[in-house]
Amino acid sequence: MDRSLFNYLLRLADDSLILGQRLGEWCGHGPALEIDMAMTNISLDLFGQSRSLYQYAAQIQGEGKTEDDLAFLRDSWDFYNCLLVEQPNGDFAQTVARQFFFDAYQFMLYTELKKSDNDQLAAIAAKSLKETAYHLRFSREWMKRLGDGTEESHTRLQDAVDKLWRFTAELCQMTPLDEEMIEKGIGADLNVVRKEWDKEVDKILTEARLKLPEKTVMQYGGRNGVHTEHHGFILTDMQYLQRTYPGLEW
Amino acid sequence: MVTATKDIWAILKTVPDPEIPNLSVVDLGIIRDIEENDDGLIVTITPTYSGCPAMDMIEVNIKAVLEDSGYKDVKVNTVLSPAWSTDWISDEGLKKLKESGITPPQGKADKRILQGDFDGIPCPLCESTNTEMISQFGSTACKALFRCKNCGEPFDYFKCH
Repeated sequence: MDRSLFNYLLRLADDSLILGQRLGEWCGHGPALEIDMAMTNISLDLFGQSRSLYQYAAQIQGEGKTEDDLAFLRDSWDFYNCLLVEQPNGDFAQTVARQFFFDAYQFMLYTELKKSDNDQLAAIAAKSLKETAYHLRFSREWMKRLGDGTEESHTRLQDAVDKLWRFTAELCQMTPLDEEMIEKGIGADLNVVRKEWDKEVDKILTEARLKLPEKTVMQYGGRNGVHTEHHGFILTDMQYLQRTYPGLEW
Repeated sequence: MVTATKDIWAILKTVPDPEIPNLSVVDLGIIRDIEENDDGLIVTITPTYSGCPAMDMIEVNIKAVLEDSGYKDVKVNTVLSPAWSTDWISDEGLKKLKESGITPPQGKADKRILQGDFDGIPCPLCESTNTEMISQFGSTACKALFRCKNCGEPFDYFKCH
């Protein structure tokens, strides 16, 4: 099996799966019915994207495993999602900030991956990009609405930005795997993604009257399977059914 | 086997979309190809959205309706590329959307996505374009929620995609 491609696909899929799971926690708890529906719709898109990627990864793996094995039977250290997506929902402001930082990244990433020489990955990226465009529009608008809103909403969103900024450098962190994937014409150049991401983030933070924290020690680890303590709790919740009743189907 | 491919299309027109049942899977433009060979029949479909929860049900329904019509060994194959677009909804499909109170996608998808999808969306009841968006995501991912400021009715808009 092509282990590099397998790991690369897992990384993309894990980001979407874990964030989808987090957003799903809002189901029935959103600040308004419309926002509740929006967040669960975005969650559903992300699950769909991760399914396409896991199906392809399982095929590359060639051991007869399925998307479900990859999602529900791996342990925390075998997940390569970035630390940002596993951070707790917090209040709505924190969810919005997390979503915006991630949507901007994923939008630029899929834009690059759409050009991949790997046809299957390019197809998944092209499909997902259309969905992510709507996600970004949603989170971008809420950044502006909360940041440039009342004193209370501004303070809460600024707190969220201060709290989450430390997890943003990892999004576009170039690893040996990225170098290899670029060389093979499969992967995205994260330096290009980062440049576009910076532009988008600068623009929206300015419009939302938000500032970046001055001193931040950036956190890394997710891409190597080293996660924050929250990750295990997500898996406990998400994997419980398959672990308790192996092979259970609807 | 005596039926021609065009008859298979006619049969598939009786398969409804589970989420908007007055549209068929053919109206929606998700049937990409029909191939008959010695091993049986292969119907190729594409999802509207990656996370569309109706895909499994659509697959089962397609198989059932074709097998009821005497076809054996029906296989449903799912492809992602080229990605589905609202541009593929048939004229009949657009008409049926409006009849069920859902404003059909306005204009071509690529232009709309670039220029902002939510200006001047007409109300399906009174046709007024004096409308406002309530939420970008409605009862399903493919729809946004709007309100007509003219007649006061809330309505769904099928987003360009």
